[in-house]
Amino acid sequence: MSTNAQNFPAQLPIPIDPRTPVRADGSRGKTGLATALHPMRGVTSDVPKVGLTDICLSYRTETGERMLALDHINLQVKAGEFLCIVGPSGCGKSTLLHLIAGLHHQTSGEVLIDGHQVEGPGTDRILIFQELGLFPWLTVGDNVQFGMKMKGISKAEREEKTRYYLRLVHLSQFKDSYTHQLSGGMRQRVALARALATEPDVLLMDEPFAALDAQTRDLLHDELERIWAETGRTIIFVTHNVREAIRLGDRVALMTFRPGRVKREFPVDLPRPRTLEDPTVARAAGEILGELREEINRSLEVEYNVGAKPNVEVGAER
Amino acid sequence: MKRAARLIVFYAGLFGLWTLLAQLKIWPPYLFPTPWGVGEALYAGFQDHSFLIAIAVSMRRVLIGYAISVVLGMILGLGVGSSKFLEETVGGLLVSLQSLPSICWWPLALLWFGLSQNAILFVVIMGSLLSVTLAMEDGRKQMPKIYGMAGRNLGASGLQLFWYVLLPASLPFIVSGLKQGWAFAWRSLITAEMLYLSLGLGQVLMMGRDLNDMSAVIAVMILIIAIGYVVDGVVFKSMESRLQRRWGLTSST
Repeated sequence: MSTNAQNFPAQLPIPIDPRTPVRADGSRGKTGLATALHPMRGVTSDVPKVGLTDICLSYRTETGERMLALDHINLQVKAGEFLCIVGPSGCGKSTLLHLIAGLHHQTSGEVLIDGHQVEGPGTDRILIFQELGLFPWLTVGDNVQFGMKMKGISKAEREEKTRYYLRLVHLSQFKDSYTHQLSGGMRQRVALARALATEPDVLLMDEPFAALDAQTRDLLHDELERIWAETGRTIIFVTHNVREAIRLGDRVALMTFRPGRVKREFPVDLPRPRTLEDPTVARAAGEILGELREEINRSLEVEYNVGAKPNVEVGAER
Repeated sequence: MKRAARLIVFYAGLFGLWTLLAQLKIWPPYLFPTPWGVGEALYAGFQDHSFLIAIAVSMRRVLIGYAISVVLGMILGLGVGSSKFLEETVGGLLVSLQSLPSICWWPLALLWFGLSQNAILFVVIMGSLLSVTLAMEDGRKQMPKIYGMAGRNLGASGLQLFWYVLLPASLPFIVSGLKQGWAFAWRSLITAEMLYLSLGLGQVLMMGRDLNDMSAVIAVMILIIAIGYVVDGVVFKSMESRLQRRWGLTSST
């Protein structure tokens, strides 16, 4: 059986093996790190909000080969924590979110929410899809209250909460618009409001800002951080942009390319609010980038099926 | 404007040709009526209410039959569209059944339901059910998967998921199928009514033949075309364009 330890490079910072026991103060066995990356903050409870233990996922390709997409993923996320997952495309980070959301099922291992096994979709954890999946036949307001309607919440309460969440994402005056009438950034905020309106404990976000222009993304980073602080939700945020991960996360987990493993976890203890341009953010990103680059090179190698290793620049603003 | 002008010229030409042929009296008037003969038949038909009654009876039948086949077709189509096994078995059967003209069900319908309304309804349903089912199945497949996932993610399941997500999400993809189903239902109805004389436009048409009243026959044919065209062009067109506006599929927005 392969272990995460095999992937750990010799140099500092020392990786956090998820299986090392959590100390009473919440930090793990080997996390006394220097640089911008600091030990994690204390946990409030022994049971993590989201616990992934030995998640494996394999599937059969069209040619009949068995593909191992996720290989013994172990991750613990505390209540109220903002975890970012970075990795090259095709490393299975989106798939991992789908598993947590209960939309797919892992081959082996357990997804635990508050210590209880996930059996299927549930409104305690809402996934914001990369392509959003807003319902074009509904108005913005009806999109936002969809989850509440499914739960059987009364119309009056739905209306009130819809107003609240639309105000939270600054879209109050677009309640009666259809989603195609909105810009990309606005649609993104509708998706956020729709997810928040079902009042989930855990918000799963799959590269939500990848298709946006830089200005809109900066703005949404600020808003997401504000909403996270206001609502106290646990957020698992998948991105391929390392700086974005450092900008937003309490912790960044780096995944390997095929099979997807958690290569390392980096606690981020920079003061908030941060910006993408902060030198401290850039410095912290630099360390992760080095390792991510290896993975991306590996993924490119597989994709082009050649021996040459193009040294790509990742995480740079486009 | 140009298009309107072309249409006017075309229909004026057609009308002129018809008048000319009728005036030349190559065929006797009871075989080839004049345009005003047909006009008079139309007028007379509406005057003695026989056309109005026929239209009402036919519309009632086609609406009931069509409604039943839409409901059944949606359930069937969704079922076939969501299961590989059903798609291979039932789906294949449905495609092969579609090559059967709906009136072929008439003898069967007579034996099962007797000479009654229900026999006509059965033929209408068999005529449109298949195309609605196939359209629904196709719509289910064409519909982006993300909507179903988003719906489940937000807590919808079972009937809720079908009614609030899968059905509206597949509507743009099944409108053309619903339209085709309507056309089949309408044709099947008229055919069945011609075989079974119990009011309705089909019967009036046959009555014209029995009375050697070609003007009345053509008048009813015009009515049948007009009703089919109005439903297709007004009801379905507006439904289509409303859907497209809502979904943002038109280029104007």
